[in-house]
Amino acid sequence: MRRLLGGVTLAGLVAGLVMGFAIAPREATQGNVQRIMYLHVPSVWVAYLAFGVVLVASVVYLMRRAEAADRLAHASAEVGVLFTGLTIATGSIWGKPTWGAWWTWDARLTSVSILFVMYLGYLLLRGMIEDRERGARFAAVLGIVAAFNVPLVHFSVYWWRTLHQPPSLMKPGPGTMPDIIVAALLVNFAAFTLLYVYFVTRRARVLRLEAEAEA
Amino acid sequence: MNRRRKFIVGGVVIAGALAYMIYAGVTQSAVYFVTPAELRAAPVPGKAYRLGGMVVPGSLTWEPRSLDLSFTLSDGTATVPVRHKGTPPDLFGEGRGAVLEGSWTADGYFKANLIMAKHSEEYKAPHDKNEAGYRELFKTLRGEGR
Repeated sequence: MRRLLGGVTLAGLVAGLVMGFAIAPREATQGNVQRIMYLHVPSVWVAYLAFGVVLVASVVYLMRRAEAADRLAHASAEVGVLFTGLTIATGSIWGKPTWGAWWTWDARLTSVSILFVMYLGYLLLRGMIEDRERGARFAAVLGIVAAFNVPLVHFSVYWWRTLHQPPSLMKPGPGTMPDIIVAALLVNFAAFTLLYVYFVTRRARVLRLEAEAEA
Repeated sequence: MNRRRKFIVGGVVIAGALAYMIYAGVTQSAVYFVTPAELRAAPVPGKAYRLGGMVVPGSLTWEPRSLDLSFTLSDGTATVPVRHKGTPPDLFGEGRGAVLEGSWTADGYFKANLIMAKHSEEYKAPHDKNEAGYRELFKTLRGEGR
């Protein structure tokens, strides 16, 4: 099962790269540099998804005290931090040639930095508290609180004046992209989601084995 | 009220307060850029601003030898003359959005130190079908240029 998921994920990532870098057209205004969108947008989608899972798993943990939920939250937060970092890195690389700046403190970039730091803090908190049950409880509360940042990041481009453009895909209303670009993005969304599932299930398994070995 | 319920209520209160603080803090203290109309309403010479707006078509002049760039920035209500020394980003141009970092001068123009191009959320395929997709990309990779 794990092998199969890994294989399908790998195939999906290859298909996503082919779609994004070979089949999708060179964008009319920005040129080839726009292709980084096929990594940037799926990355932030996985970050949103990961922190959403942290939220749900944390609520479940506080209600049921199920250790599996705690391990899921832990694994998902780690993967979420990784993909938030990827989002910031790819965004910065995209920003330099298009905006003319690696970084600027607009609401989108500021809020995503806060998101990144809060979940780094979450992982730090998990590592700091010796008592397993206490640590899990504290982490669950922070996992719920920090999730408020996700809508803040996503809607920052509507609520405040920003340099960052509003979303093209993750929004209601008519599309702002031709079908081929949307298709290439969706393939990458699917592949990145599979990659998320793969990473989280593997990581949660390791956490379970560690807990069993300690017991 | 048992301990657990107190804990949950406390958590929700803290979460709400934190969310409000972030929202209020960002809204009040960090207006990312001012518009030409806002700058015109109360210009302070020498003060650093971020100015955002649209480059007025036909207003752009660039001297490649001296790198002197000048244009007019508009928000539909007011306009501000801008001067800059340097090369703007590729996506900067007439009829497009830009965010400038710089200061208002006593001489009545905005001196931009940094020009950032604001692009839209619209992405388009090129009109020329021959330029589309992998053929064009392979040409670039082979160094045939465009």
